[in-house]
Amino acid sequence: MKHFILLSLALTLQAVATDWTQFRGPQGNGVSTDRNLPAKLSSDNLKWSISLPGRGLSGALVLGNKVILTCSSGPTQTRLHVIALNTRDGSTLWHRQFWATGRTMCHSKTSVAAPTPCSDGKNIYAVFSSNDVICLDLDGNLQWLRGLTADYTNVSNSLGMSSSPVVTGNTLVVQVENDSESYTLGLNKNTGINRWRLDRPKAANWTSPLIIAEGLVALQSKEGIDAVRAMDGSKAWSYDDGASTIPSSTLLKGVIYVPSHGVTALELNKDDAGNTPKQLWQSGRLQLGTASPIVINNKVFTINKAGVLTTGDTQSGERGWQLRLKGPFSATPVSAGKHLYFVNERGLIQVVDTETEEGEIVGTLNLDEQILGSPAVGGGALYLRSNTKVYKIAK
Amino acid sequence: MKPLAVAFMALQFFFVVHAASLSDSINTIRSVGAEGKGNAQAAKAWKEISKADATTLPQILTAMKGVSPLAANWLRAAVDTIASRSKGLPEKELLEFIADHQQDTRARRLAFELIQKTNPKQADQLIPGFINDPSTELRREAVAKVMEEGTRQKDAKQNKPAIKSFRQALNAARDIDQIQTTTTALRQLNEKVDLPSHFGFLMHWNVIGPFDNTERNGFEKIYPPEKSINFGAVYEGKNGKVKWSEFVTADQYGMVDINKAYPGPGDGLKEVTAYAYTEYKASEASEAELRLGCKNAWKIWHNGQLIFGRDEYHRGMRIDQYRLNLNLNKGRNTLLIKLCQNEQTQPWTKEWQFQLRICDSTGTAVHAADRPVTPTSGTDNSKSPSKSPRRPRK
Repeated sequence: MKHFILLSLALTLQAVATDWTQFRGPQGNGVSTDRNLPAKLSSDNLKWSISLPGRGLSGALVLGNKVILTCSSGPTQTRLHVIALNTRDGSTLWHRQFWATGRTMCHSKTSVAAPTPCSDGKNIYAVFSSNDVICLDLDGNLQWLRGLTADYTNVSNSLGMSSSPVVTGNTLVVQVENDSESYTLGLNKNTGINRWRLDRPKAANWTSPLIIAEGLVALQSKEGIDAVRAMDGSKAWSYDDGASTIPSSTLLKGVIYVPSHGVTALELNKDDAGNTPKQLWQSGRLQLGTASPIVINNKVFTINKAGVLTTGDTQSGERGWQLRLKGPFSATPVSAGKHLYFVNERGLIQVVDTETEEGEIVGTLNLDEQILGSPAVGGGALYLRSNTKVYKIAK
Repeated sequence: MKPLAVAFMALQFFFVVHAASLSDSINTIRSVGAEGKGNAQAAKAWKEISKADATTLPQILTAMKGVSPLAANWLRAAVDTIASRSKGLPEKELLEFIADHQQDTRARRLAFELIQKTNPKQADQLIPGFINDPSTELRREAVAKVMEEGTRQKDAKQNKPAIKSFRQALNAARDIDQIQTTTTALRQLNEKVDLPSHFGFLMHWNVIGPFDNTERNGFEKIYPPEKSINFGAVYEGKNGKVKWSEFVTADQYGMVDINKAYPGPGDGLKEVTAYAYTEYKASEASEAELRLGCKNAWKIWHNGQLIFGRDEYHRGMRIDQYRLNLNLNKGRNTLLIKLCQNEQTQPWTKEWQFQLRICDSTGTAVHAADRPVTPTSGTDNSKSPSKSPRRPRK
């Protein structure tokens, strides 16, 4: 009996571990532990596609048997949607709607449903470009909501906001940085009430916070990186050599790869990530477009505006092989094993085997729709969303 | 008989307590405040409300009247939750609710969507009646139907009925896309459309500038027009003496292009500030909305009081980008707008302009009592010299 309980617990933990809980997955780096994704793609791998009730480029969450998505609809995108679909067949499990309380104006390419929601496994935290923050449980029951533009009237970006929230410890971190009233907020994840509110650089910023250790979050801006304690918003350390305001940093094995002067690698202090990190290298030859960098094994991968995939050595930053893909790309790729999964803005999925000598495209599938959001991975499937549909790709 | 009476009384007691509990829970949600104030209590109340059965939906919808947008969302989520697990909905009561124009417009739309799910045929029959509805979301449905009819008539070369349909659609339309589509159709049918009048754009202004905005410091700096409006005064500007001049726009979307008032070299002046002033004669005191589109940093004053300002440059612009509440005085109202241009030189940073209209909460134009005829030609000082300002009324 004892062994059975332990086995059940282990299986449960394993299921939780494969959930895709935030922008770029559970570690916030696009790396999936899934080993059952198809690489050589064909139309047979498209298991289902479902029409969505609105637009969006936010990524999906995969929580057990649920795919969670956000959308916005209406002539000025004032209707906000959070929807849960069954992973098996795409049927709707629940659908909740809200009215935007903040400004909904954004560039025609983006959408009010741009930020990817996040989850702590108990609740879902959805953020929209209107700065509405909505907390629902996994069954769609409302826990709390906030309207950050109602509270801080100049928090908005007329091109649209896109920063995806993260939850760590008991704090939900929401970056609402813009040219005017620019903040990052730490909200009590149980009530939505401010734990802290940080003044941030007055500049439009579309990057997302990155959890670099339990309770420690890296906030990226045009000025660089600020590592902030999620509990009280206090600053642990700063990297002030500037950074991009579009692609976000990524973390693997204690090293942050920052979109700064190409890519800059910062090694976290092994004893305490709250101590100032050591700069390992900086490489201007690793150029980024809109997509964030991703790291697997000993290579960092960047994709530039021309669609050229470039590899760099994680120890030295030295540039390795390059491979031209069909771009352009807005979505950050995800990885499973040795494969990288890219989807370009025209909906063409390209799977790259990163262990061949010069990299090789081993699979493609054209969904023939504009796709701007990073895919989600869960339960042996890849989930992608366009402005009109969500797709499940699996063996 | 006695046990029956007891049971009846107990049942009555249950309903009274239940109704009171629901009412209390609704009131808790109605009182949520800024920065999450009341969220913890609202979460408990929401749980109670969401357990209720579908017969309570009209009560919850009614409670949306006069609440904050946040409280409306709490209540909306309860309605969605109750409706999604209920097998039947109180259709008769919901239809009565939709028909009641005194109720909250968002709540009425929500009730309509519930009917759409349970009885789509009935919902479809309601749509033509929404053509002048105070809910712009409901109105949109009716306008779309009339536009469809107009398109069918136009395609069949039935021009007179088509014009009638599109006129009806345009008069009712409040959403920009529908206004633009009907306008295009009418113009294709050789009809004239006065878009500035339809929207209520303010077309006649007096402008002064350029003042300095080096390093964007002009946004906070108080220049003389912020202290008083004196059309006879001459001030020190960025490039010499400046004075007020009349500016008229003939743009169909009311664009006040300051580059036409102060055409600079090349792509226009940079790091400058200008002011535009106008007066609006209201036939009665009323609540209204100022709706602004602007991609430069701006501030706006109504009767000398700062209403709002925003220091964002060149991130985008659209009609009704900003909606500001306004209490119009009966008679003369003054409007002053400050418009800052920054240092950027990219092609998309040339614009130094705004569009402003006064309307009610549905977007229906509220015209000044003395609104002039829509101008057919506007100021362009790159082609002709500026005119002296129109004197402000006392």
